[in-house]
Amino acid sequence: MTQAATAVVRRQIVVAAPIERAFAVFTERFGDFKPPEHNLLQVAIAATVFEPHVGGHIYDRGVDGSECRWARILAYEPPDRVVFSWDIGPQWQIETEPANTSEVEVRFVAETPQRTRVELEHRDIDRHGPGWQSVSDGVADDAGWPLYLARYAALVAEGS
Amino acid sequence: MGGWGALGDRTRRAIVECLAQRPRAVGELADELPVSRPAVSQHLKVLKDAGLVSERAVGTRRIYRLNPSGVAALRDQLDTFWNRALAGYQDVVEEPEEERS
Repeated sequence: MTQAATAVVRRQIVVAAPIERAFAVFTERFGDFKPPEHNLLQVAIAATVFEPHVGGHIYDRGVDGSECRWARILAYEPPDRVVFSWDIGPQWQIETEPANTSEVEVRFVAETPQRTRVELEHRDIDRHGPGWQSVSDGVADDAGWPLYLARYAALVAEGS
Repeated sequence: MGGWGALGDRTRRAIVECLAQRPRAVGELADELPVSRPAVSQHLKVLKDAGLVSERAVGTRRIYRLNPSGVAALRDQLDTFWNRALAGYQDVVEEPEEERS
């Protein structure tokens, strides 16, 4: 497997909705469909906010008012395209060094007036590599692999 | 099978926990775990295919360790994340239009 192959996730689906609605739902209601384990706060998420402009963030707001900004909006071109950074490291912690973050591009293509193809590409995943190095350096620590494994195990046990 | 599926098995989780302490050969893993050497080899193959474990030859032995880059495992995690997110997205976007405040 080449490095490039391991560093990209590509997904696409076709939804029964006009392109404007497809774009609006993706950006305005991200919190309604993202998997619930995607939460870096210590408390339950009250709302996920997608700020609709370049330079904005995607952030989760907890029920206690705490916030977690886990993405930066890099492109915002309704209804065709949105790009945001993925500032979450391999240990499910916020990555503050932009050079160590990956990015997600979502394109919306109208197949018919009522059907939209959504193409998602999460790329440059290997930029998180330095974080992985520290994970492997600290394998004996609770903050290293065991934490990650606990996360894995919880997700596996939870089923899909 | 990706990293999530690979870790759904208790023996494989035990193997990964052993390798988190230090790299080991197949025989060492078989000595520590209540499974046969061929079974350990089979589990290691699954873990290797999932990108969680890498191997290298030392003399005539093969030493297994957790994949130091782990990028493949992270990719797998994100792959599953987006799979679930887009399935949820499809449900939301295709639900009948309703008045939203």
